[in-house]
Amino acid sequence: MDKFTSIQSKVVVLNIENIDTDQIIGSDHLKITDKKGLGKHLFADWRYLENAQPNPDFVLNQADNASSQVLVAGDNFGCGSSREHAPWALLDFGIKVVISSSIADIFSNNAFKNGLLPIKVSKQQHDFLLAHHGDEISIDLQNQRISCADQPFSFEVEAFSRYCLLNGLEQLDFLLGQMPQIKQYEKKYSKEPV
Amino acid sequence: MVATLFEKVWDQHYVCQETEETPAVLYIDTHLIHEVTSPQAFQMLRDNNLKLRRPDRTFATCDHSTPTTKPNSLGEYQFFGEQEKNQVEQLKKNCAEFSVPLYELGNQKQGIVHVIGPERGITQPGQTIVCGDSHTSTHGAFGALAFGIGTSEVGYTFATQCILQRKPKTFGIEINGALSSGVTAKDIILAIIRQIGIGGATGHVIEYFGSTIDELSMDERMTICNMSIEAGAKAGMIAPDQTTFDFLEGKEFVPKGKDWDIAVSGWKELYTDDGAQFDRRILIDASKIEPMITYGTNPQMGIKIGEVIPSNNETQALKYMGLEEQQNLSGKSVDVVFIGSCTNSRISDLREAAKIFKDRKVAQHVRALIVPGSHEIKQQAENEGIANVFISAGAEWREPGCSMCLGMNGDIIQDKQFCVSTSNRNFEGRQGKGGRTLLASPLTAAAAAVTGRVTDPRELLARNDAITEACEHG
Repeated sequence: MDKFTSIQSKVVVLNIENIDTDQIIGSDHLKITDKKGLGKHLFADWRYLENAQPNPDFVLNQADNASSQVLVAGDNFGCGSSREHAPWALLDFGIKVVISSSIADIFSNNAFKNGLLPIKVSKQQHDFLLAHHGDEISIDLQNQRISCADQPFSFEVEAFSRYCLLNGLEQLDFLLGQMPQIKQYEKKYSKEPV
Repeated sequence: MVATLFEKVWDQHYVCQETEETPAVLYIDTHLIHEVTSPQAFQMLRDNNLKLRRPDRTFATCDHSTPTTKPNSLGEYQFFGEQEKNQVEQLKKNCAEFSVPLYELGNQKQGIVHVIGPERGITQPGQTIVCGDSHTSTHGAFGALAFGIGTSEVGYTFATQCILQRKPKTFGIEINGALSSGVTAKDIILAIIRQIGIGGATGHVIEYFGSTIDELSMDERMTICNMSIEAGAKAGMIAPDQTTFDFLEGKEFVPKGKDWDIAVSGWKELYTDDGAQFDRRILIDASKIEPMITYGTNPQMGIKIGEVIPSNNETQALKYMGLEEQQNLSGKSVDVVFIGSCTNSRISDLREAAKIFKDRKVAQHVRALIVPGSHEIKQQAENEGIANVFISAGAEWREPGCSMCLGMNGDIIQDKQFCVSTSNRNFEGRQGKGGRTLLASPLTAAAAAVTGRVTDPRELLARNDAITEACEHG
């Protein structure tokens, strides 16, 4: 996995609450057996008109936002299904950070493992960022700092996920390193393979 | 030291405790997989030259992309498309390569992953259970700690039989009192989600308890735990009791003879101790719950049938649904009725629905699709004569699978159609692009099928009672 240290980008705001993973990537696109090419289907029901042409009113279709890497979304982003296709689609589209006042557990877990940084901020910070669509934002994971419109603030992030992102490490490698303890546990609880 | 049910199960499963720097390494007893969220995880094993560590603790079935129509005379299944067929074939190849037992299409033990786990006794109290599916919370009804994971974690579980987890918080939901006639477990959970909200339990494991829960069957408890994720919960749990043990005894994978007695005595320790504290706690009065229906695009947007849609500024949801604030849904014409999904496709759900369908016909303008959760349930419903009730009423009686809950297999509703569905999510486009889902219980869904409109099932149940009485006195 690539190292994730800091990002500078424009903010793209999608101020809709409870954006579920069905909305991020519809079940029509869960039929693949690899992880590729999902970006074009990201938010498909909102992004495309009935004739399959891009909906000019949808924020991610507007030229100014096409290269934004930081998505600020309404409360409770990523609720619903456990599909990891949701972070795969966001990353394939070019989004590297999602910020909201609440982010669903399974989505957060899935995001970290793919190098997408989910950031939960306070209600007040959230309101501030929602009002800065199109402005420059910088995100410094090392120092856990966000800066937008000359307003700096810090954010919390789970320590191990942060460490893995900063160093480009796969969480799997850490687990594989625990194998002696895992085998010991199985022995202690009589859970060894028969 | 006193502990909650969740803490007892957690404490028996961490390989390494969490620290400030690292999450806990949590051991997984049972890993359930299906065709949609596993292919990339199998590929991860190949890419890293890893073995699947515990095929003996891994169980596979196919359910999401599978057709619910019968195979043709040559035994060939008619998939919706090549992608669906490929996904199911890929699972078969992967399971063969890594020696994972698979209940494949056509196997009489096949069905929805969250239905067959309990049905086969794979699901047991006190276990940790994961599956690449958010409705894994269903298995918590047995006092297991069960939750959905993404495909990366499916791969981690393949490779190590463990995942990394921060210890969640606990949320106690106490439900007391008797349910009124016509009120079901589905109405309880829809009422709870309405109260606490779609993100109301994020970061928490819910434990449901109280006199109402004690009286519920395992099927009903599964319906409640199943939808815990719709309030954002990590998992939902119910302490195992005699109802749990009676359900499990004799099932294929549970211990037998003396081992059964030993297992049960261990399971009897799985309850929340007096004085143990939840991080959060609420109390629900079951006697106040009435049949529920959703009107919006997430499961918290629910009302009692007969209530009007509230003025909550849910403009986008109501626009999508073609509904208005202060509108009463009673009498609203519907196009499709779906009875099925891991929420409500078990035998007791079908028996409830059959009470309404009996001696009635599906309304002319309605398509009613009834999809049992497994082959075993299908067979049982056919043996009990329930299937015939549905067929005589004019409903479609299908092969098991996830079907119209998420429409991956081609069982979908059309743009702007209203569907009363016993499934778990009413998200935009979930049952088909532009489709409008109204979540409800099997009783309410059946009532909508026969009247063609949103109907309080108690009206029809009362008529059933009146007819029975007239016959008895006749």
